Amino acid sequence: MEIAEQTAEKKRHLVGPMRWFTDSGAVVIDWVTAVGGVSFFTMRTISWLVSRLPQKDTLLPNFYQVGVRSLPVVALTGTFIGMVLAVQSYAQFAHIGLQTRLGGVINMSLVTELGPVLAGTMLAGRVGSAMAAELGTMRVTEQIDALSSMGANPIHYLVVPRLLACLCLIPALTVVANFMGVIGSAFYSIFILDIDAFYYWHNSRSIVGLYDLFSGIFKSLFFGFAIAILGCYRGFHCDPGAEGVGRAATAAFVHAFVVIIVLDLFLGIFLIGLHKAIWPAGGQLF
Amino acid sequence: MSAESATQDASLIELRELTIRFGPQTVLSGINLSVKKGETIAIIGESGCGKTVLLKTIIRLIRPTEGNVFFDGRNLGQTNEKELTTQRMRFGFVFQSAALFDSMTVFQNIAFPLQQHQIRDRAEIRHTVLKRISEVGLPESVLEKKPAELSGGMRKRVGLARALAMKPEVILYDEPTTGLDPIMSDVINALIIRTRSHHPVTSIVITHDMRTARKVADRIVMLYPFSRLKSGEDQILFDGPPNAIDQTKDQRVTQFINGEAGARLKEMAIDD
Repeated sequence: MEIAEQTAEKKRHLVGPMRWFTDSGAVVIDWVTAVGGVSFFTMRTISWLVSRLPQKDTLLPNFYQVGVRSLPVVALTGTFIGMVLAVQSYAQFAHIGLQTRLGGVINMSLVTELGPVLAGTMLAGRVGSAMAAELGTMRVTEQIDALSSMGANPIHYLVVPRLLACLCLIPALTVVANFMGVIGSAFYSIFILDIDAFYYWHNSRSIVGLYDLFSGIFKSLFFGFAIAILGCYRGFHCDPGAEGVGRAATAAFVHAFVVIIVLDLFLGIFLIGLHKAIWPAGGQLF
Repeated sequence: MSAESATQDASLIELRELTIRFGPQTVLSGINLSVKKGETIAIIGESGCGKTVLLKTIIRLIRPTEGNVFFDGRNLGQTNEKELTTQRMRFGFVFQSAALFDSMTVFQNIAFPLQQHQIRDRAEIRHTVLKRISEVGLPESVLEKKPAELSGGMRKRVGLARALAMKPEVILYDEPTTGLDPIMSDVINALIIRTRSHHPVTSIVITHDMRTARKVADRIVMLYPFSRLKSGEDQILFDGPPNAIDQTKDQRVTQFINGEAGARLKEMAIDD
């Protein structure tokens, strides 16, 4: 009997704390293996990205899918998030007589946090899981093997165009989410809540700076990278069958969403620290 | 001349002590097999015995756990990615499910390997695609269709046309007749024979259809599932010409070629 089979046989006879210990160990090993797998996959993708750019006919469909097809949903959710923020914040600000400051607070939240996170979440749900499902289906129907057998590298042919599409277009989608959020909140604040338009925009202008806008767009690049890598990785390592493809699509979204939130925290801390280092007295980019 | 290179002179493809494990499961163990240039061999065996794994290992779609694959004198395990890509272009692979790219038309599928070989002349690509599609007996009208619009037999034939696009030196067929009706199976068998007569190719055909094996192969190799072997037994139960397989004394071989499940049904306790 093989050594691996003997180990599996021994494991079956373990009980109590020892079983718990081996199961925990297996979870840790699986987790470390997955992190190692994603890291190796990322390195291979970057090496193909810098060594040879994909052809136009593989890039354009991905740019269309990621950019054009995501635009309506990002614009719509951006608009409503802006309005929701106005609805939720108005009561607190009106209570202390600072309702004209609403524009500054809402627009600051939008450009630094909600715009990029919203664009990232929408992209993870719409594009990341679709990438995992599409590549997963290609894996289980042997299309990825067929690519390799014909001398095409699947990472170069399938992953690099998707990564480039996410990296290039997520900043644009973030700008759209920001813009529509600003319009949505301004519409609700000025026309529904009857806040003076001059002070609304004046306060927005004095609070939100170019560095804040840059922060959001800078963060979105990392979100786009994570969405493409995790979506493609899950697709490439999909289990066989319809259930495997479904699980890969779900995992791609969940993992990307978790990574977006975690990255948002650390990038936020980093960017605030950077701002303090550049402008200790609290200045602005303009 | 070393012993190693002397062996390679005789064989185009050689597998040495090939072992493949997936986690705790051993699929192939200690496989030794050589295929001469121009030879057509059929690898038969019951489902799950590792036939497809063996075929994919030859072009390194699966990395062997132990052992080596030599192709035209090169150890594919010691080649870099670029060299491996070059070697893979000398193969054509007909997948069990055809594995056509479903986002592309039939034309784009057959043209794909040509574009990978840096052929950019549109007229040349069109000429080759039309030639290959007529070789597999399909009309030009299918070229603009998507794979989902084709029947199983048509998909297999398009898969064969795509594998033939670059006139490969070796064609690997993974269960080319599985899931097809007897007439279409015979069409595919005839295409395999015709391909060999038109192009000087070496072919490895994975099948569990004895009619296909007998019809197309110069040599039959039978694999047996590793999990059912007794200690020390060879996983290759038979390796010889098609007419010799009927004379074999091994009961496991005769049961397979005659399609008798008696002993297996007893093991499964469903004979009552």
